[in-house]
Amino acid sequence: MRLTFREVVLGVRRSPLLSSLSVVTIAFSLFAFGLFGLLVLNVDRALRGVEEHVEIVAFLADGTLPESISAAMGDISAFPEVAHVDQVSPEQALARARAELPEFQDVFDASFLPASLEIRLKEGHRDPTTVKDVTQRIQTYPFVDDVRYGEDWVKKLYDIRNIAGAAGIALGLLFAAVAVIIIGTTIRMTVLARSREISIMRLVGATDGFVRLPFLIDGFLKGLIGGLLALLLTWGANALISHNLIQTFFFDPGIAFLGVLGGGIIGLLGSTLSVGRHLRRV
Amino acid sequence: MIRFSHVVKEYPRTGLALNDVTFRVNKGEFAFLTGPSGAGKSTILRLVIVEETPTAGEVRVSGSLTSGLPRAEIPRLRRRIGVVFQDFRLLEDRTAEENVAFALEVTGAPREGISARVSRLLTQVGLASKGTSYPKELSGGEQQRVAIARALVNDPVLLVADEPTGNLDDRATRGVFQLLRDINAAGTAVLMATHNLELVKREPYRVIEVNRGQLVFDSAEGTGGAATVTSSTPT
Repeated sequence: MRLTFREVVLGVRRSPLLSSLSVVTIAFSLFAFGLFGLLVLNVDRALRGVEEHVEIVAFLADGTLPESISAAMGDISAFPEVAHVDQVSPEQALARARAELPEFQDVFDASFLPASLEIRLKEGHRDPTTVKDVTQRIQTYPFVDDVRYGEDWVKKLYDIRNIAGAAGIALGLLFAAVAVIIIGTTIRMTVLARSREISIMRLVGATDGFVRLPFLIDGFLKGLIGGLLALLLTWGANALISHNLIQTFFFDPGIAFLGVLGGGIIGLLGSTLSVGRHLRRV
Repeated sequence: MIRFSHVVKEYPRTGLALNDVTFRVNKGEFAFLTGPSGAGKSTILRLVIVEETPTAGEVRVSGSLTSGLPRAEIPRLRRRIGVVFQDFRLLEDRTAEENVAFALEVTGAPREGISARVSRLLTQVGLASKGTSYPKELSGGEQQRVAIARALVNDPVLLVADEPTGNLDDRATRGVFQLLRDINAAGTAVLMATHNLELVKREPYRVIEVNRGQLVFDSAEGTGGAATVTSSTPT
């Protein structure tokens, strides 16, 4: 192992420019991937924020008994899809309307407004099918006059999320593939630069494992350092945008750690493929 | 030590490199391998050091059949063969000592004892005082001596030399050849490919000549062709 690490250090010392180039290339590939990830994360957060506003409003018939309303609220709250249920009296509805709509400024009589129940759904249950299903169940109560949930709006929002999610996965895979190719090529250059040494090693009876191990460690470490640099760059870019343009979210520490580790794994993968191919040839 | 039986080597792009070559080099023997460029000398050496396997026929080195030899076994076989090239193939960023030690280290030899063994070998090849020199600081002859010390570090039973004096002047050639002769006298078989006909004529060793991929002369047998040629040890 001591010999292996000596070979890793020697390899870096022998070609410092190529080693730095590898790390920078890995860093920039992962930085591009990181920026894209940041974009996906923030679009997702924004859409989730909008989605939280998905609610079902059930308008109640005049004269509905408070006990019936309480019982219905209890029932509906127990639906697995439902996060919580609020009762809105005609007075509360008027106060809200007066606060939000100027044409209600001169209206003081709330009696013409119906009481209602506002139902918020749990995360993961805000898709059009579930919303419609819950709506239909609420409609079965005899004292419910009408139920509204902005059908078109919910559908559009859901479509946008689906498209954004699919585009995120497709572009993410593309970015990752490009990063793997670039990193693999960079590491291959390192392997090629040391092909003479590899052939000498093999001539004097080094096993494939012995030849391969320093390259694998080298690739992993370069990937890891590149990943760290990419994380720093992404963090800097995020701070810059957050400070000057719009408030954005950054990756959780766990995701950031996985990203850096991902760099190491891509480096390892790139060197495994390059060295393997090279060993078969030498 | 080396046994070629009806060996054919064909490359997909360049065609037939060896055609029905049969010969044998015995334990402790010294043999020259001669022939014009492109005759097949290097192919024979590559088959011996298992960089290649034959298209047809059999190559046995130190008792091992090279075709179908498991990949993991190849390094073990190579440790029994020392190889020396015309261009020395030394690692430029390592000293003479480190170049020789490297061949021991890659085999997983225990650290203690490496240094003593390396010193002994450098003394044997006449470079006791140049151990800390880098290849660039050494003459061609000295670099080839380092390469020979490296080839000997694992106590090989066979030394394969591909034009080892090709890049050297007369004086260095004599020195390196004397060294190969001493190594052979100590019991290691030597197969040396060379263009140096003067050297071949001068020395009393066996000569195997190839041309256009065929064995055309074997001094041990006095004939060419594909017949099995078994030589005696050098006189």
